[in-house]
Amino acid sequence: MGMTNSASEPTALIRAQGLTKVFGARSAVDGIDFEVRDGEFFGFLGPNGAGKTTTMRMIAGVSPRSAGTLEIFDMDPDLHGSEIRGQIGVVHQQETLDMELTVLENLLVFGRFFGMDRASIATRAAELLELFQLSDRAKDQVEPLSGGMKRRLSIARSLIASPRILMLDEPTTGLDPQARHLLWDALQRLKRGGTTIVLTTHYMDEAEQLCDRLVVMDQAKIVAEGSPRQLIVEHASREVLELRFPNGTESIDTKVLEGIGDRYERLAERVIVGCENGEAAHARALEHGLDPESWLVRRSSLEDVFLRLTGRTLDE
Amino acid sequence: MIASLAPRAFSVFERNVFVYRRQWLIIVTGFFEPLFFLLGIGYGVGGVIGTIPYGGADVPYAAFVAPALLASAAMNGAIFDSTFNIFYKLKYGKVYDAILSTPVGVGDLAVGELLWSNLRGVIYATAFLIVMLALGLVASPLALLTPLAVIFIGFSFGAAGFAITTHMRSWKDFDFLFIILTPLFLFSATFYPVEIYPGALRWIVELSPLTRGTHLVRSLCFGDLNWLMLVDIAYLSAISFIGYRHAVRRLGVLLLK
Ligand SMILES: Nc1ncnc2c1ncn2[C@@H]1O[C@H](COP(=O)(O)OP(=O)(O)O)[C@@H](O)[C@H]1O
Ligand SMILES: [Mg+2]
Repeated sequence: MGMTNSASEPTALIRAQGLTKVFGARSAVDGIDFEVRDGEFFGFLGPNGAGKTTTMRMIAGVSPRSAGTLEIFDMDPDLHGSEIRGQIGVVHQQETLDMELTVLENLLVFGRFFGMDRASIATRAAELLELFQLSDRAKDQVEPLSGGMKRRLSIARSLIASPRILMLDEPTTGLDPQARHLLWDALQRLKRGGTTIVLTTHYMDEAEQLCDRLVVMDQAKIVAEGSPRQLIVEHASREVLELRFPNGTESIDTKVLEGIGDRYERLAERVIVGCENGEAAHARALEHGLDPESWLVRRSSLEDVFLRLTGRTLDE
Repeated sequence: MIASLAPRAFSVFERNVFVYRRQWLIIVTGFFEPLFFLLGIGYGVGGVIGTIPYGGADVPYAAFVAPALLASAAMNGAIFDSTFNIFYKLKYGKVYDAILSTPVGVGDLAVGELLWSNLRGVIYATAFLIVMLALGLVASPLALLTPLAVIFIGFSFGAAGFAITTHMRSWKDFDFLFIILTPLFLFSATFYPVEIYPGALRWIVELSPLTRGTHLVRSLCFGDLNWLMLVDIAYLSAISFIGYRHAVRRLGVLLLK
């Protein structure tokens, strides 16, 4: 179970083929293939229930897979879970901090779980508290910390043993915008330091900002893969025209919508039109007699990629 | 020693040391219950009946009851931790999810928790032994071995309690635990010799793990080495092993879905 490391090709730290997880009769993850390479920031983008958490759990070896192959550092997590977990840091979607311990103790105890000696733990813990701006709370209980602080502490804790891969399951869900940006900065710094990061999110802006490469997951399957830019170029048009109809969109003639741009999606109160030039598309819409309450033109985003691939929005 | 043999299990034990450094008062309270029984029953009832036949001689009643109370102190220490505290962690805290995302596995987790619950039993037993020495209730220097002997009691009740706890759905289920524990404490040759029970009933009582634990401790306190003590140890070890295996399997079902 040694690590093979050929210098020529970029090393894949995680490799999954046909990875499947079945709960009862339902597939939570249904035959997905992906590869996470050394040093990259890799994302799983998908709505609730897509199978992101289940995939993360299989990687950490805390959820035995139902079928397929999975290798982390060339090891099977169902057989070498402990060794693999020794080199990855996991931040769960739900808070798993130890409420019976102080901020600092959370780190100290965690270092022991990784088999570190007390002296190295103390040094590393002080470093991490500093890095995540928690030094002045070291002796405090965890419970009263703000959501953003708790999340930072969770990440600091997961880094105690300097893992090769950091796995974050929806790290910014429930955080206010400021706390979110603080966290994004911290993650980008870590990445620059050489840590491979795997992140799940249902925020397309987060995926777009952070990820070098990502897979889009929906209903247990991977529906697209690539860099954010590639995905947008491949699956969305250059610009997007959004037309708002507060009274509903059912009554609008399909023929009219087809004539406005390259493609369109009809949502409950909005029509989203993919096109080369949004202003021109808007002019065509008015020509066809449409009377939207408001409209806007923007560049395509991952949201549009998702919409295009699944016919739904990410937060539905 | 354990730290180098099973470092991961020991790290789980260490976590509890961190937690209870601030809550040592909770641990201390558990020591008083057997003390009250010793004063109330050992000296109270003992004052009325004086002595009781044991091992072919008449011994002071308090000296007869004390080893049984020491054994039950170890039982209580181990049971309390492996039931209430572990149920809380399984049900409400997400601590176990965090622990299992590290190299620590469910087997390490179970051993670590059992080491801790056992320590609690050993502390109670040792404190009680000191009281017995002070009150002159110890007949043999072999009694000094009781803190080691209660490790078998602590592991068997700790492991059994842990295994049962993995099946509990709510705090209400703990009522069942007390329906088992109270008679176990009262009837396991604690306050009178097991020979008092007639026929089949006696054999049921002989099978109580606390009867075995009490026999082990009482034999040591009276300096009466006998072969049956090996049966006690084997029996308690078997319960520990079965309870541990079951607890680990259940932890897998509950946490490694
Ligand atoms: N332990 C479980 N038992 C049964 N179904 C589960 C379990 N965990 C997850 N699921 C189901 O699997 C699907 C994927 O869940 P999850 O991986 O949590 O998705 P995500 O993290 O993308 O929101 C969901 O339909 C969820 O209900
Ligand atoms: Mg999830």
